[in-house]
Amino acid sequence: MNPVKQVSGRAYPWGAKNVDTDVIIPAHWLKTITRTGLGKGAFETVRADPGNIFDDPRYAGAPVLIAGDNFGCGSSREHAAWALADMGITAVLAPSFSDIFSGNAFKNGIVAVVLPQDAIDRLVEVAKTDTVTVDLETMTVTTPFQDRFTFAMDPFRRQCLMEGLDEIGLTLARDTQISKYEAGVTEHRPFMSGERAHASTLVDGAGRT
Amino acid sequence: MADRPQTLYEKIWAAHVVERRDDGTCLIYIDRHLVHEVTSPQAFEGLRVAGRRVRRPDLTLAVPDHNLPTSPRVDAAGRELPIADRESAAQLDALRRNTTEFGIDYIDATAAAQGIVHVVGPEQGFTLPGTTLVCGDSHTSAHGALGALAFGIGTSEVEHVLATQTLLLTPAKTMEIRVDGTLGFGVSAKDVILSIIGKIGAAGGTGHVIEFTGSVIRELSIEGRLTIANMSIEAGARSGLIAPDEKTFAYLKDRPMAPKGADWDAAVAYWQTLPSDPGAVYDKVVTLDAAEIAPALTWGTSPEDVVSITGSVPDPQSFADPAKRIAAQKSLDYMGLTAGTAMQDIGVDYVFIGSCTNSRIEDMRAAAAVADGRTVAQGVRALVVPGSGLVKRQAEAEGLDRIFLAAGFEWREPGCSMCLAMNPDKVPPGLRCASTSNRNFVGRQGPGARTHLVSPAMAAAAAVTGRLSDVRDLMGTEV
Ligand code: SF4
Repeated sequence: MNPVKQVSGRAYPWGAKNVDTDVIIPAHWLKTITRTGLGKGAFETVRADPGNIFDDPRYAGAPVLIAGDNFGCGSSREHAAWALADMGITAVLAPSFSDIFSGNAFKNGIVAVVLPQDAIDRLVEVAKTDTVTVDLETMTVTTPFQDRFTFAMDPFRRQCLMEGLDEIGLTLARDTQISKYEAGVTEHRPFMSGERAHASTLVDGAGRT
Repeated sequence: MADRPQTLYEKIWAAHVVERRDDGTCLIYIDRHLVHEVTSPQAFEGLRVAGRRVRRPDLTLAVPDHNLPTSPRVDAAGRELPIADRESAAQLDALRRNTTEFGIDYIDATAAAQGIVHVVGPEQGFTLPGTTLVCGDSHTSAHGALGALAFGIGTSEVEHVLATQTLLLTPAKTMEIRVDGTLGFGVSAKDVILSIIGKIGAAGGTGHVIEFTGSVIRELSIEGRLTIANMSIEAGARSGLIAPDEKTFAYLKDRPMAPKGADWDAAVAYWQTLPSDPGAVYDKVVTLDAAEIAPALTWGTSPEDVVSITGSVPDPQSFADPAKRIAAQKSLDYMGLTAGTAMQDIGVDYVFIGSCTNSRIEDMRAAAAVADGRTVAQGVRALVVPGSGLVKRQAEAEGLDRIFLAAGFEWREPGCSMCLAMNPDKVPPGLRCASTSNRNFVGRQGPGARTHLVSPAMAAAAAVTGRLSDVRDLMGTEV
């Protein structure tokens, strides 16, 4: 993952609430088996409207998206984060995010910043004409007009984003602890073991009529 | 700490902490992992690229569902039929290859046990009380009906679980939703969960794990509980939970992947310690009176847009929140509805009975009871899609397929079908569908499709009347 310390540039001044993952990337785009190329399908239904902000040349290639409450609600599809990343978006600002989406965003190097509604309203105004800067070092969002909004972020996520760390690699380094936990389960809750469960299961094609 | 009364959620969480960091984030062990074709290819690709293996293939089960067409899968001679859509075929193929390569149990599209992941898990006894269970699908919350801490994850997390059998998580807040009283005539589990979402809103559960309690929940069958927990995610919750009880144990006993013999006894003894202790404190409590719940359905494009079947399309101006007013007006435009129209005056073109919310045997029975002796209204296309091959088999043994077919419904092969527009079952643009699925989002059932979420009985009622209807009028008089 590429490290992200600062995201600065134009921002889509959207502000829409309850933007669900079907809006971010409709289901028919989910048939891919790779992570790239989904930008083409991003916000397809929104883009059907000729006056939409995503095709407005003023915001072309903007790295920031400003949205309303509950951004990314709906399905767990990580394709939503891949689609934003493929469009070149590396920061999303909103008053709240769905839990799954913010996790997915973070894992793909997209900064999900929670700001109060009045800050979002102000940024939507500014973004129509000017740039927005998200800084992970100072944990602020600033504009050329002296606006300065601070935000909070999970320290671990912040570190991973800023250093571009691979979460799986970090967890694999905890192998001893995981094995110890597994040994405890085998001892105290042997019925949880998968092997015993699978022994009696019929899985492969039994031929349906 | 042992003395403080604990909630079901806190007990399961505590039993799965591998390691706790100073900031409260925990490395949580995952007991069960369900995999399907749509959200897994990039995870396996990631493992392959990094040269990593699957840590516990024995705790993972894969089954295709989202993409699979629901037309017959084998020809008269038992040969597998090809899938026309090349991208779908490639994804299904990738699942087959990946599970073989990484040594994961796989239920093939032609196997009797195949079905929607969230129907298959409980049905096979793969889902167990007190376990942590994940799947790259948001409706994984369904498994919480059996007392499993179950939630949807993204593809990077799928890869993380495959490689490490753990996830890094922060503890959730807890929310109790208590539904007491007795459900009225013609009111089902689906009406309960729709009413809950209507009450707390689509973001009402954000950051929380909901535990559903109260006499109504206790009285529900496991099938009904699965419907409720399934839609926790539509209230924004991380997951939904229902305390395991005798019904849960009876449901799981002798399922193929459930513990057997002495393991079973030990498991039940453990599961009996799981329910929330008396006096356990939740961060939030919401109560509902069963008497207030009527057959319900949605009018808009958010699952919180809920109205009673005896109600009418709301006036967007009636909402206090200005943003909601705008959203409601947009919903009405998309849905092709006018404020003030009685819900029962709205005609339907499609009816879909299926999805992981409502495709179990009880749902089939409820729909068949309404369809029995009636005929699908002219111009309506009605699909019944059992949630698994085993549900299908059971329904056929009970003669439900013949009731549906005689009434003019289609009786199809198991899969996600018309719940989402990823396989050939789609609602055409501008047409209206009464659907037993869980999402009425814009374009969910196909570009331009208009969805009204309903219970299986209400869906069957819509099919035979050709409009959204109060199922109670078709159920005869109450005895
Ligand atoms: S039936 Fe619908 S909600 Fe359930 S798993 Fe399939 S697509 Fe998801």
